[in-house]
Amino acid sequence: MTAPLLSVRDLTVRFRTDEGLITTVDNVSFDIASGEVLGLVGESGSGKSVTAKSLMKLNPGNTVYGPDSRITLNLEDGPVDVLSLKSAKDLNVVRGGAISMIFQEPMASFAPAITIGDQMVEQLLLHSSLNKKQARELSIEMLDRVGISDAGKRIDQYAFEFSGGMRQRAMIAMALSTKPKLLIADEPTTALDVTIQAQVIDLMKDLVDEFGMAILFITHDLGVIAQTADRVAVMYLGRVMETGSVREVIRTPAHPYTQGLLNALPKLEKLDEPLTPVPGDIPSPLERPEGCVFHTRCPKMIPGTCDSLWPDAVAVSGSHTAACVAVEPDMEAAS
Amino acid sequence: MTAQSHIQVNRLSVHYGVGGSLFGGGGVLKAVDDISLEIPRGSFFGLVGESGSGKTTLGRAILKAAPISEGEVRYVDEEVDYDVGRLGKKELKDYRKRTQLIFQDPYAALSPRMTVRDIIAEPLEVMKLTKTRAETDERVREIAAKCRLNLEHLRRFPHAFSGGQRQRISIARALVCQPKFLVADESVAALDVSIQADILNLLKSLQKDMDITFLFISHDLSVVAHTCDYVAVMYLGAIVEMAPSRRLFTAPKHPYTKALLSAIPSLDPDDRGRAQKLEGEIPSPLNKPSGCRFHTRCPIATARCAAETPEWKAHAPGHFAACHFAE
Repeated sequence: MTAPLLSVRDLTVRFRTDEGLITTVDNVSFDIASGEVLGLVGESGSGKSVTAKSLMKLNPGNTVYGPDSRITLNLEDGPVDVLSLKSAKDLNVVRGGAISMIFQEPMASFAPAITIGDQMVEQLLLHSSLNKKQARELSIEMLDRVGISDAGKRIDQYAFEFSGGMRQRAMIAMALSTKPKLLIADEPTTALDVTIQAQVIDLMKDLVDEFGMAILFITHDLGVIAQTADRVAVMYLGRVMETGSVREVIRTPAHPYTQGLLNALPKLEKLDEPLTPVPGDIPSPLERPEGCVFHTRCPKMIPGTCDSLWPDAVAVSGSHTAACVAVEPDMEAAS
Repeated sequence: MTAQSHIQVNRLSVHYGVGGSLFGGGGVLKAVDDISLEIPRGSFFGLVGESGSGKTTLGRAILKAAPISEGEVRYVDEEVDYDVGRLGKKELKDYRKRTQLIFQDPYAALSPRMTVRDIIAEPLEVMKLTKTRAETDERVREIAAKCRLNLEHLRRFPHAFSGGQRQRISIARALVCQPKFLVADESVAALDVSIQADILNLLKSLQKDMDITFLFISHDLSVVAHTCDYVAVMYLGAIVEMAPSRRLFTAPKHPYTKALLSAIPSLDPDDRGRAQKLEGEIPSPLNKPSGCRFHTRCPIATARCAAETPEWKAHAPGHFAACHFAE
């Protein structure tokens, strides 16, 4: 078996704060194969963005990674142990080189006083062997590719002259121009209107087909995941609750949290059914529950078990796993 | 109860001057452009549209928090009948008690330096609705219980609360002076899915309990479909379609409504790419297209759409749309 493009093992991330160590990501493991779209779903505080930033070591200075945490990026020149990289020069192989990232708020991701073109050219000069003229030509080509009309003129404009949808397209063009192996998209459509969101999702699907890179797609919107991802990992309070193919997880969710999320979603096809909220509130990271992190809100909570023991992930079927004691393991899949 | 109207909006326009200098020049931005609608008493009235469609401005104009440039807004309940654009100082004060606004962001809407009790009590104190502190406390506790807030939390500061709890505090503050009409502007947009359903259910039960009329502004069509009785769809400052909620979502007439509905990402992974996609983006309100304002993005537009403004036609009782080709 060939090694996956990215392998994350037992990733634990803590932040040193005045209130003590706060755990935001707790023993998270997953793989992403080349050309695969992995959806990372979770609500606020689930640690999905911190997980993504760890892949490029972009977390702030007060971050403490767990001693057993491993992030391995399998590139053509051999595997890279991301967490062991120290200097900015070494990290450049990963940051903007093998991995690019697009963010939720495209206005905040572009420098306001530098033209879009200069920003695109600058990163190409850093990460490729192109000269300035070639870099500019490639940038115009990429802007054109993501559907920005009149790209030759637009490239000399500033971010404020672009509309929201155009900014996000330009962000995608910039992220893809260095031909990354992995694209991290952190809520890329959340700030956009539905009609623009639909355009951007279509564009991203086309680009995956064309460039064949892998995508880690982070979102809180299960509909967006259903439309884009091959596989899904559902996170809650820093833990992966359930993983599987997008069909398995959305059609036959095994974990009570995933089931609750899907039930809480207003659906146009089921206007007569009342909305069922997940009871209670998301606990603050300072008061992480003992045992299963979801037990304070779980309808299937078993006293004495769920509030003291973290359940192992059990195989529901094939690659579909859920970390819950109430889940019946599939013996065939487990053997 | 008959479907008596509570709010009547007649040919309302809200204009803002933009650009230009001290000596004039510059353009006029018509954020709300010649809108008429009626909100029945006791209804949950939804207003949907993309950013820049003018839905927030319309909500604010009804509350007299945005300038009413042309047309009128009328507020009618069993005690008063107000022409909102021409309220005197005393009447305006009274109008402020009868109407309230719940904001989008529960993190920005609550003062970090006030306790929850003081936040909820502030409207009562400002409007001098209670005489003694004991009476104020009584009212605060009553509304806090209705909003399912833990009474022990009243002494704490907002930073100690999660998004859902904060939104319940905001709702309690809006309801403490017992308004009859409430504008909820994207009140669940900043909340997580697992919390959102809880707040929507709370708003629905409060509406029944306290006999409130809601104007519910949202960009999320599935949320509106689940909570509202009537829905109006806005595009570039005008309403393009209005219908009872179920009708709008099962038999939409306007191509814009259809496009909005099909742009919602489907939860079915095998149902990819079926959406009827809209090209381009919403045009600038400073430079509105001629004729039908949607014709630049409409999949079925013809030359007629660029020339003629479509009529506001009734398709069924209570179902209206402005499109030349709506069947």
